[in-house]
Amino acid sequence: MATTDTTTLQALQGRFPAVTTSEFRGQTRVVVPSESLYDVLAFLKNDRGFDFLSDVTCVDYLNYRDAKDRFGLVYILVSTLTNERLFVRSFLNEPELAVPSAVPLWEGANWLEREVWDMFGIKFVGHPDLRRILLPPEYTAHPLRKDYPLQGRGERHNFPVLARNSA
Amino acid sequence: MAIELPENVVISKLDQLANWCRKNSLWPMPFATACCGIELMATGASKHDLARFGAEVFRFSPRQCDLMIVAGRVVMKMLPVLQRIWQQMHEPKWCISMGACASTGGVFDTYSVVQGIDRFLPVDMYVPGCPPRPEQLIQSIIDLQDKIQREGTLNGREFNLESRQEPKRALVEIPSASLFDGARNPIF
Repeated sequence: MATTDTTTLQALQGRFPAVTTSEFRGQTRVVVPSESLYDVLAFLKNDRGFDFLSDVTCVDYLNYRDAKDRFGLVYILVSTLTNERLFVRSFLNEPELAVPSAVPLWEGANWLEREVWDMFGIKFVGHPDLRRILLPPEYTAHPLRKDYPLQGRGERHNFPVLARNSA
Repeated sequence: MAIELPENVVISKLDQLANWCRKNSLWPMPFATACCGIELMATGASKHDLARFGAEVFRFSPRQCDLMIVAGRVVMKMLPVLQRIWQQMHEPKWCISMGACASTGGVFDTYSVVQGIDRFLPVDMYVPGCPPRPEQLIQSIIDLQDKIQREGTLNGREFNLESRQEPKRALVEIPSASLFDGARNPIF
């Protein structure tokens, strides 16, 4: 069973013809051009009642088979009124790794977008406080990118070594 | 000149007496961050009864402790906290690195996990295992008691020995160039 009503998808496509939809194992996904991402999210929230932002995350498609774009940004929206659930995706490529922040629509996007910034280095324009959320503030890399080596680039060796008599 | 001593008087060194008092009254500071912490709690609980070895008083303030038990992996972001807790503890103090992760990073050979706390802290005892059983931790505490009795001094001058200042490595790193070819494929 699809998790999104067809009327919602029809309304979305009527308003934004560039949006494509697909379904996989009962999950409805829409792919949105990054230029109209904020307008689509605003439409879904204000006109279609998606009042809860469940998650914002990202996928790095570097070296992925048949992938044309580098990053896939994912917004998981839920309507607590109709139990609809919708996956809104938008693809980004370097060097334009910036999208409008969704914080004006959902306050909960604040920390979710900070995590995406921390791990993937995607900027959210208009975010009130775009700092790292998990990694230390002096960290310089975005480690969930596929071109980042698993063991890092020596970031973990910068601490002073305490000798036995130094404490 | 011979001095007559009563039968109930024992002559010893002051160092030995201090060591005997210290080793039988260790106050652990549980720095438990992962599943090793559960085994650490089991060690302190009734079934394994760490009180038999005089180390049952776990305190969560480093200023009341003299034995830090690092149980679990330590991430890079946590390491300054760990070092600060270690520096806040009174001398004489000791450190047990419990489990594979605290000793070597374990399976977490990633950018965010410290590959052995002994790179940044002095460690007295390593406990292997993932996680170690309580018996292993008890054995390490017994061994640490032996070490304290053997090496300890009243004013802690053994901590200032030159040989104890060098950072230790439980895990010797093999240069990755010898393990991988140019395309990062492992050489067997």
